[in-house]
Amino acid sequence: MAKSIDISDLNIYYGDFLAVEGVTMTIPARSVTALIGPSGCGKSTFLRTLNRMHEVIPGARVEGKVSVDGQSLYDAAVDPVEVRRMVGMVFQRPNPFPTMSIYENVLAGLRLNNKRLSRSDADATVERALQGANLWNEVKDRLNKPGMGLSGGQQQRLCIARAIAVEPQVLLMDEPCSALDPISTSAIEDLIHELKSDYTIVIVTHNMQQAARVSEDTAFFNLAGAGKPGRLIEMNPTKKIFSVPDEEATEAYISGRFG
Amino acid sequence: MTDLATPPETHAHVPLRHPRLPSYAPWLVVGLAAAAAALVGLTLGWSLTGIVVLAMVLHVVGLTVWSRAVENARAATDRLVTSLVWVALTIALVPLVSLVLKVVTEGAAELNGRFLTWSMRNVVGEPGGIYHAIVGTLLITLAATVISVPVGLLSAIYLVEYGGQSRLAGWIRFLVDVMTGIPSIVAGLFAYALFSLIIGPGTQLGLGGGVALSLLMIPIVVRSAEEMLKLVPADLREASYALGVPKWRTIVKVVLPTAMAGIITGVTLAIARVIGETAPLLIICGSTDSVNFNLFNGQMASLPVFIYSSYTQPGTNPEILKGMAWGAALILIIIVMALNLIARLAGKFFAPKRGR
Ligand SMILES: Nc1ncnc2c1ncn2[C@@H]1O[C@H](COP(=O)(O)OP(=O)(O)OP(=O)(O)O)[C@@H](O)[C@H]1O
Ligand SMILES: [Mg+2]
Repeated sequence: MAKSIDISDLNIYYGDFLAVEGVTMTIPARSVTALIGPSGCGKSTFLRTLNRMHEVIPGARVEGKVSVDGQSLYDAAVDPVEVRRMVGMVFQRPNPFPTMSIYENVLAGLRLNNKRLSRSDADATVERALQGANLWNEVKDRLNKPGMGLSGGQQQRLCIARAIAVEPQVLLMDEPCSALDPISTSAIEDLIHELKSDYTIVIVTHNMQQAARVSEDTAFFNLAGAGKPGRLIEMNPTKKIFSVPDEEATEAYISGRFG
Repeated sequence: MTDLATPPETHAHVPLRHPRLPSYAPWLVVGLAAAAAALVGLTLGWSLTGIVVLAMVLHVVGLTVWSRAVENARAATDRLVTSLVWVALTIALVPLVSLVLKVVTEGAAELNGRFLTWSMRNVVGEPGGIYHAIVGTLLITLAATVISVPVGLLSAIYLVEYGGQSRLAGWIRFLVDVMTGIPSIVAGLFAYALFSLIIGPGTQLGLGGGVALSLLMIPIVVRSAEEMLKLVPADLREASYALGVPKWRTIVKVVLPTAMAGIITGVTLAIARVIGETAPLLIICGSTDSVNFNLFNGQMASLPVFIYSSYTQPGTNPEILKGMAWGAALILIIIVMALNLIARLAGKFFAPKRGR
């Protein structure tokens, strides 16, 4: 059920500002692809075009083509709502719904879409999603407590559970561990390992070791200077990127040298 | 590498202990200032107001000077600003407290079963009741709320979620601001003219009062709801969109519940703002001595209009009606307070839950 993503000649704009220019790449199905690059080079921007979240921002638009399993996402006949049901997303900052309990948060994607669920199906979905997000053991005794009462790392895993409860085919993660301690980080990395057998995962990270640990492929983005658009410099298997990258710039970035 | 254990010699010793005024100092100064002001005022034959003003000035100056002498300049400034804030607070509370005291002392004697359950129908020269006015006020305000909340809330949703910075939204904001400034008497005249056109010249009815009050309420509801909706973090909307939830459902199920506590508070404040309006109701609802439950037909009494006419046309036995006016005022204040209390409770109940 996982899908591969093909991107060709993608230009991404905020109003008149060209933020990312000319990206062409293929993200393979059932594997983890990491996006790395300096701050402001457009990783988040690029990630958000993969489930049409980019256009939520007023004035934001894209040119070019993104297709998931051969279906072009930016076709006029495509409903962005359907796209987002197929391509789930976990944000950099955990954002559980403050009015809902842990249980309701996990079911939010289904309940908000008015899916009728029997009590036992709902229970099963909640347990499966929370197990999947490595959170079940910590919260199984307080499912009806507010989701905001969890620690930051637990909230992030709750958001992952919420994203996988709707069973998307692709999962986008924007720096999911940037606010987390090493233990929660490693819990989430374990989770990514387990999830990749079912999902296509794209993860943005600033942590080189994390990219090396979790991903099969790595794409390096860079920008030529302030105000210039970000570009894809190279995309290769992670092993190759971290040992013998094709580009000088990649090598410099990974080893901590710039310019 | 410098050794962190021993600080560099160049750092001078910084003393952290300074002389401080005792914690009871402000109260002591209040007492002394009051005593001194009383002494001066009584010997010179001043009024109470003069004494109080002098006491406040003495307090502010005295505390600051004392602090300057014992503590340092920063502490003295702190004392000065703190005392000024307290003085301002006291001044602000004086009218409020004296108003409530006056209404309670004058009105409490009037409250009894007869006062609350009788109307003024066929009551001449003896105490009657204000049941008709209470019913009228509640019904008219209810009608105003039923009209204003959907209109106001939907406008606010348009402004925040759909309009954004568009020109139409800008115009709506401008018109809402203009509406905030409409004098209430004009709203009454508008409703009167409207129902004269629809039903017939000179029509007076309760619903008209609701329409007039809703003109005053809508801008308050729009503005407060708009502020509350703007406070809902964009993160939550994005979280909902990312789950494949359509926009309208995101608004209904995520944005509104998150902002609900604030919206309810805003609506209650808007109700409290219009429930005491007199002028528009005088025009469009008229006044009557009997109970009228029908918003769509006939004149309807209300508490503010009752108070007004009891004072201006007290009839054969002025003392009785004036007393009843105070009682009605007390009831009006109690209703407003009850509304505020309900808003607080509702706010607590709907507020996003935190903690374990
Ligand atoms: N809402 C927005 N409106 C206008 N410009 C934006 C917006 N969001 C991002 N940008 C611009 O787009 C460019 C790329 O930003 P983006 O957030 O994608 O960077 P990033 O690679 O994710 O950085 P980081 O690693 O710091 O998260 C930046 O120049 C940024 O200023
Ligand atoms: Mg980012």
